[in-house]
Order: sequence, then structure tokens, then C-alpha cells
Amino acid sequence: MNAFFGGIVGGLRHIGKLTIDGVWRLGFITRFLFALLLASGQSVRRIHLTIRELYFSGVLSLLIIIVSGLFVGLVLGLQGYDILQRYGSADAVGVMVALSLLRELGPVIAALLFASRAGSAITAEIGLMKATEQLKAMDMMAVNPIARVVAPRFWGGVLSMPLLAALFSAMGIFGGWLITVVVIGVDDGAFWSQMQAAVEFEYDVMNGVIKSFVFGAVVSLIAVFEGYDCEPTAEGVSRAITRTVVTSALAILALDFVLTSFMFRGQ
Amino acid sequence: MMSRTALDLWVGILVAIGFAALVFLAMKVGNFSGLDGRETYRIEAPFDNIGGLKVRAPVKSAGVLVGRVQSIRFDTETYRAVVQMEIDKRFEFPADTSASILTSGLLGEQYIGLDAGADIEPLKDGDRVLITQSAVVLEKLIGQFLFDKAAEPAAQ
Repeated sequence: MNAFFGGIVGGLRHIGKLTIDGVWRLGFITRFLFALLLASGQSVRRIHLTIRELYFSGVLSLLIIIVSGLFVGLVLGLQGYDILQRYGSADAVGVMVALSLLRELGPVIAALLFASRAGSAITAEIGLMKATEQLKAMDMMAVNPIARVVAPRFWGGVLSMPLLAALFSAMGIFGGWLITVVVIGVDDGAFWSQMQAAVEFEYDVMNGVIKSFVFGAVVSLIAVFEGYDCEPTAEGVSRAITRTVVTSALAILALDFVLTSFMFRGQ
Repeated sequence: MMSRTALDLWVGILVAIGFAALVFLAMKVGNFSGLDGRETYRIEAPFDNIGGLKVRAPVKSAGVLVGRVQSIRFDTETYRAVVQMEIDKRFEFPADTSASILTSGLLGEQYIGLDAGADIEPLKDGDRVLITQSAVVLEKLIGQFLFDKAAEPAAQ
């Protein structure tokens, strides 16, 4: 009997610990965000630090974004044509490709790729700096590590994400055009004219850009936070990188649902 | 470590490509222009009802693409829609050609079909097609069908 109650108490204690840890981390990440925003003035003044991070998270992600955008567009074109031609409206395939890319797939897949390509690299870099006590050394030299290391990486991610998402959507539409118009033989004019008639710049394109901004901010914040917060050991860094990718992916998908339900509820 | 200028160049390339993609998305088509720069002439046709016809919709004759819709405007004097079309210079049509608005498939997009007449004179730039047939409006068609059905037993 005693062992039974002991088990229940142990289980409750475990739940309580998880909850407290979760709340503590949530509070910590919020305080971290404020500290980061307060220290951001310096990363504007020393813009070359941010430009360097734009290179590492933006330019180096170009290839994967272009290639995956192209392939997603090719697949969308094929599948869209296969389904739409059953209803005799294969001409509308351009609309389907463009709207699904601009509204959902562009921002979401670009953000997922960005989290695994650039987010994990940011976490690894900051985590290793912590493990090798570089962050502490900076503190000793009266250099604020949040202003010097964290803020530029955050802003580099926030700024490059919308550009990458727009590029992803454009490449996807190009891929869809390539497979349906050039290979299958859908009418070129109908492809573009129906797309133009259906896509609204302020509604579809801008909402996609807003989404990618939000995803960029969330992924960058998670990446720098996990790096800054990691256990300063080899194992801790590897766990932090895993957490960055997993948490970012979940946050992107959940936020995408929330944003979509606010943005696109069928006018 | 990369030099400062190379870094700036790459980031500049990223920003340029990103904004180019945005502009492409904004314009959606970029360099698309009518019949790929072929020489065209313009004709117009008045319709009572254009249905869901859109600018840049295809103009076909016997199912072959011969041109594109260039603009659609509303004529306040006759209260009809006037559709301006660009027709490829290679295709000449008789002056008494008729134009009708058709639909490709049941739910497909609408286009203009040209049926050649028998006149010796060809249509020239700026000419007007006089014989036109409006788009079929499904509601009207169903309404008429129901009306006819209702009238049938009374006639017997």
C-alpha cells in the first residue's frame, strides 16, 4: 500500500516539476527576448555584425530553398493537374499552385528548412561558445554577449526569412509552370491569366510575407535561446540543437494554423 | 574568414534575389505579353453579357488559339460590354465573322470563339464584329428550363 501511494506521489511530483520547468522556461525566454530587443540598438549601429549573420543564415540557405521550392512546385503542378483535369478545369492549375504556395507552403516549408539549416547552426554556434566559455570571457571584458553574439544572429534570421520564403514561392510557381505548361501542355495564357485573376497582392502575397516574418522571428528566437540556455557540455549542445529543430517545427505548424484562421476565413 | 566586400556582395545578392522574387509575385507574370511579341491587330466586339470573361482570356477559332482579350469596357451609350481583342496578324477573318463567348469544360474558363463568315473583305485593325453571342448564364438557362417545364402540362 505504501509503495502504491509512494508511486502516486512520485508521479504527481514529476508532473509538478515538468510544469514548473515549463513555466520557468517560458518566463526565461520572454525575459531573454526583452533583453535581446533592448540590446538590438547596438546591432544596428554595428551593422556589419548583422550583415555577417545575414550571410550565414540567408545566403547559405539560398541553394536548399531554391532547389526545394522548385521540386515542391513540380509536384504541386503534377498533382494539381491530375486532380483538376478530372473536372475539366486543368487551366486552373496555376491558381492552385500559386495560392497554395503563397498562402501556406511557401512560408511554412521555407521556415522548416530555415529552422533545420540555419536555426540548428545558430544553436550549435552559440552553444559551443557557451561550452568553451567564450560568452563568459566576453562578459569579463565588459562586452555584452547578448548584444555582440545573440542579437545579430536573431536579426539576421528575421530579415532573411521573408526573402527566402518569397524566393521559395516564386521558384515553386516557376516549377509548377514548367511541369504543367512546358511538359504537359496546359495553355500558357490561361495558366497566368487565371492565376492573376485569383491572386490578390494585398491579401494573398502580403499575408504570406507577414507569416514568414512571424516564422522568422520565432525560429530565430528559439535558435538563439536554445543555444544560450544549453547545458555547456558536448551532450548538452547536441540536445539543444535537437530541441531547436523540434520546437521550431512544432511552433511553425501551430502558429501557421493560428495565423491562417485569422487571415483566411473566406471573405 | 571571408573579406568584408565579398560578404557585402553575397548579402546584396540575397536581398536582390529576394526582392526580385517579391516583384515577380506581385506582377505574377513579369514578362508575359500577349502573343509573345508577334504582330497583332485589334478588333472589338459588343456583347450583351460577357459572363465571367477576363482580360487575357484566349480568343479561339475552330479551337485554335488566334489571339487574346486585351480589354473589357462598359459602353454607357448602348449599355453593352465592349471586348477588345488582339488577333495574330497571320490570321485574317472575313468582315462578317461572328464572335461568341464559350466555356471550356463545365467549370473551365471562358474564351471567345470566332466563327468565320463568307465576306470577301477581311476584318481590319479597329474593326467591329457585329454578330455576337453572349455568354450563357447558367441561372438564366435553368430558370428558362424550369419555366418551360411548368408551361408544358398547360399546353396539352
